[in-house]
Amino acid sequence: MKVSYYPGCTLSTKAKGYDRSGRAVAAALGMELMELPDWQCCGATFPLATDNSMALIAPTRVLYQAEQAGEQVAALCAICYHVLKRTQTALERDPVMRDRINWFTEQEYGGRVRVVHLLELLRDGLGWEELSRRVVRPLTGLRAAPYYGCLLLRPYDEIGLDNPEAPTILHDLIRALGAEPVDFPYSTECCGSYLTVKDPTVSETLSRDIVASARAAGAQVLVTACPLCQFNLDWPQRETEFGRTGDEIPVVYFTQLMAVALGLPEEDWGAEGMYTDPRPLMRKWAAG
Amino acid sequence: MRAVLSLSKLRSQFVRDVEEISGEDLLACNQCGKCSAGCPVAAAMDMLPSQVIRMAQLGMTEVLQSRTIWICASCLTCVARCPKGVDLPRLMEALREISLRAGASEIDLDRLPPDLVRELPQLAIVGGFRKYIK
Repeated sequence: MKVSYYPGCTLSTKAKGYDRSGRAVAAALGMELMELPDWQCCGATFPLATDNSMALIAPTRVLYQAEQAGEQVAALCAICYHVLKRTQTALERDPVMRDRINWFTEQEYGGRVRVVHLLELLRDGLGWEELSRRVVRPLTGLRAAPYYGCLLLRPYDEIGLDNPEAPTILHDLIRALGAEPVDFPYSTECCGSYLTVKDPTVSETLSRDIVASARAAGAQVLVTACPLCQFNLDWPQRETEFGRTGDEIPVVYFTQLMAVALGLPEEDWGAEGMYTDPRPLMRKWAAG
Repeated sequence: MRAVLSLSKLRSQFVRDVEEISGEDLLACNQCGKCSAGCPVAAAMDMLPSQVIRMAQLGMTEVLQSRTIWICASCLTCVARCPKGVDLPRLMEALREISLRAGASEIDLDRLPPDLVRELPQLAIVGGFRKYIK
């Protein structure tokens, strides 16, 4: 099965490992992620001001490219997914705005393309039972804390991926890989998002609380679907007492855990160059 | 804090601007405080999110001086919980937009720490600049 794929800016630069592992696990499961030709940045924010139609132009261009390529487009980055899905929903509900954007871009976006996250394709297309049958290196005994963050789930009436307050999609994935999902109270709390650009002390406080909560619940690894969450949770750990003693908790993308469980070679994990190296932990389970 | 309330303030251009830019009805909020109770960044704010709405309802332009509108990370936790369906992040964005359109800027590009810029994921830079600079 071929699926159109939108990597976005960060997966082509700072989060190449997410892209690498995502393509590898999709391929291992019989899905070929076909990168959209000549794509551009989605803008990384969905405009919350009703009169800011300018910020809808970039994501609409992406949706137009995707519509030319097929019926649906998959994203891995939670922010790209959020921006594209909300723009798609907004323009489907507001044809006047769609006409206005199309007039400006001189492209006829029809408003039909379906924006999906790889997690959705796994849950609704492949299914958790089938995924667990494909596992060759079960992550038995690994205590993995699912960290959802905010934009992957909210707002529900526009995103609709999972329950925004009590999601299970990452829990179910972790369980299908043979690992144990660790419940912790900060699972859907915000990591501070863009605040890290202008008020890093605020976002670092948030992220340290999140990591401390996962640690207290006994997690060995945090699992995310968002490159900004990954950065915000991983980078500030260097200056904690745990960072100084080398006891940070690695923060991995769900695709990286999948790569280990599906028995893919280490280069497909895309786990080099992360602040907290998850490979020592991953190698334990890869060795079987 | 002393505040003068008047009918002209309650129906001022400021109130109309906030409602028009956000697309939200300010008076839909009945001040239950659930947004403030669940806000993950409330500890860093000088004023609770529900208090920001109250001041906007009353036409108090002083609310634009609050740090709260710049601390809100648009994580949408309050949207998921508001019993009246008020989209508070849209109201916060309207207040930020009113400030930005009047010339405010929240990021001083010359003072961004170079070691942070080197490490930041691209989407944080793109998104942060779009949100906090005009």
